[in-house]
Amino acid sequence: MRVAITSQGRDRDSLLDRRFGRAAFFIVADTETGELSVHDNAQNLNAAQGAGIQAGSTVAGLDVEALITGNVGPKAYAVLKAAGIRIYLAPDGTVAQSLQRFKDGLLEESLSANVEGHWV
Amino acid sequence: MKEIVVISGKGGTGKTSITGAFAGLAKKCVLADCDVDAADLHLLLQPQVRERYEFSGGGRAEIKAEKCLKCGLCRQLCRFDAVRRPADGSSFLTVNSLACEGCGLCAHICPAGAIEFKPVVDGEWYVSDTRMGSMVHACLYPGEGNSGKLVTLVRSRAREIATGNGSDYLLIDGSPGLGCPVIASVAGSDLAVIVTEPTVSGEHDLLRIAGLTKHFRVPTVICINRSDINSAASDRIAAVAEAQGVKVIGRVRYDKAVTEAQIAGKTVNEYTDGPVAGDILAAWQRIINLTEGKE
Amino acid sequence: MKIAVASGKGGTGKTTVAVNLCLFLVDAGLQVTYADCDVEEPDGHLFLKPEIVTRRRTGIPVPHVDPEACNLCGECGSLCRYSAIVVLKDRVMTFPELCHGCGGCAYICPARAIAEVDRPIGSIDRGNAGKLGFISGCLDIGQAMSPPLIKEVLKETPDDGVTIVDAPPGTSCPAMTAVGDCDYLLLVTEPTPFGRHDLELMLKAVCSLPMPKGVVMNRVNGPDAATEELCDKYGVPVLARIPEDRLVAEAYSKGLTAWEAVSGYRTVFADLWSGIQKDAGRCGE
Repeated sequence: MRVAITSQGRDRDSLLDRRFGRAAFFIVADTETGELSVHDNAQNLNAAQGAGIQAGSTVAGLDVEALITGNVGPKAYAVLKAAGIRIYLAPDGTVAQSLQRFKDGLLEESLSANVEGHWV
Repeated sequence: MKEIVVISGKGGTGKTSITGAFAGLAKKCVLADCDVDAADLHLLLQPQVRERYEFSGGGRAEIKAEKCLKCGLCRQLCRFDAVRRPADGSSFLTVNSLACEGCGLCAHICPAGAIEFKPVVDGEWYVSDTRMGSMVHACLYPGEGNSGKLVTLVRSRAREIATGNGSDYLLIDGSPGLGCPVIASVAGSDLAVIVTEPTVSGEHDLLRIAGLTKHFRVPTVICINRSDINSAASDRIAAVAEAQGVKVIGRVRYDKAVTEAQIAGKTVNEYTDGPVAGDILAAWQRIINLTEGKE
Repeated sequence: MKIAVASGKGGTGKTTVAVNLCLFLVDAGLQVTYADCDVEEPDGHLFLKPEIVTRRRTGIPVPHVDPEACNLCGECGSLCRYSAIVVLKDRVMTFPELCHGCGGCAYICPARAIAEVDRPIGSIDRGNAGKLGFISGCLDIGQAMSPPLIKEVLKETPDDGVTIVDAPPGTSCPAMTAVGDCDYLLLVTEPTPFGRHDLELMLKAVCSLPMPKGVVMNRVNGPDAATEELCDKYGVPVLARIPEDRLVAEAYSKGLTAWEAVSGYRTVFADLWSGIQKDAGRCGE
């Protein structure tokens, strides 16, 4: 199963980025093979508006089944849901720790947006 | 950490003077001046700028005259009437940067590829030290747009600082009006304090801004400023508010000391310990009680 | 002639000046229209008490995608800088509240799958207050974008006679939209540090605009050298100095105009009007 994780850096020891739309990187992990790939989110990081929507669309294009992040606003949630991606909310920690928690079934699945949108 | 946003609907009701006074009364707080297109809080708090960043709210189109075929398609399609013939009578079209909405359609459709679309710097924002604590504030270059994004930036950074240094409060000076910067200052905060005045326009605008905070489900209270200039209207405002379940947490009397404090570059409660300062202190005390769930 | 009345800071008396100038001009026998472009907080009607004859809803055009015709090519999503339309593997999603109404997506769609529908953002009232024409825009609560509504209000103003545009406060897009195409710009300020600071922001914002400008100092308590120097620096004349008057403040709080309440106001606005005419004439030469 392929999973995307919002990350502040480029490797498994980087910290989880609690932001979704303006996350620094998306790291895609294959839970079976352990293989990682990194996707820069710089373009959305500086988006004039709708960073969450754009990030949702980016993640939808990464061919993943789940997303692990800190917070998701209503518009990003709508895009991810439409793309059939399940959202899991993780506490602070590294990418590797978050992935382990996910595999152990310790992460809470988000069934609605958990933060307000920014309205810009 | 509680996020308290002070807003007013109508401008000039004393929102910034009251926010400044609250800042001095709050023990551990971080300040955010989200009134980015006419920021005034810094005049009371004299921040020492620690970090400075450029802000870009989007891009603007620019027509390169040497490549332009003068076909006029951009002018025909621009919904914002931003593509204009210059006043000097030259046959080349130019983009009026004030009117340009930054949609980028002209750059996309130009058959000659003569239109460049570049990000522009619309303002600056700062992280500063003040005698009341850290402050995040901004300066939108006059005439520039997308202040909602700048408000969001200022507020997010202030929230990070407040969470990081264990502050009790994040105090936000919101922008006047009802549109995008106000929505960006209000949405998701713990308490909105509406500063109003007992005038027909104050009353009218109060109802609209209270409708906005209700729309975004932000708990709301009211502080009536210069309440004694028309006590009957103050009572009427209080009655209307209470009927909608919105508490009036303070009435602040009219006092020239408020303007004098502004001239002296001080908050009202630094400038005087007279009755007007007592009114503001009493209002702040109720806000603390409300956010701590004691009321 | 369109005269915009604007102010960097809110609450300086912009509406008071606009309304009383209207009443003076009507009294002087001119054909006058008051246009309230402060659509987030329109207050002119509280003082003019107009009889509203028509009300119409107005909106901005947003995309509506026909899923049958759409081939998911993604052109619309890559054009839109507001993230108002996004193309996924099997569908297109739209976020009308983010749309600025540029019409780009509908224009470039190769499959002609996008139509535009109006998303209402506010209403426009028209009517009369005695001989004064009255137009006022009112943004719906919860709507973020006021400039499209301001433009609609301005479109309804007559070409002949004098139109007084009550602009939104501040110096950003809504204010600039309201004042951009006027023939004369009146800036209202008050003699406080906040008032002066915001006046300077406003003077900077409008210095590149071509129309002549003048300043009205409201609630003046004696000479204010700092504000006068500021206006000098930007080459904008001070056309009126309205003294602070408790009677005016009380009248305002009750929804009466200064015009009704205080007899001395006639001369203030007569002087202001001749100042505007002189200034507008000089720049026309």
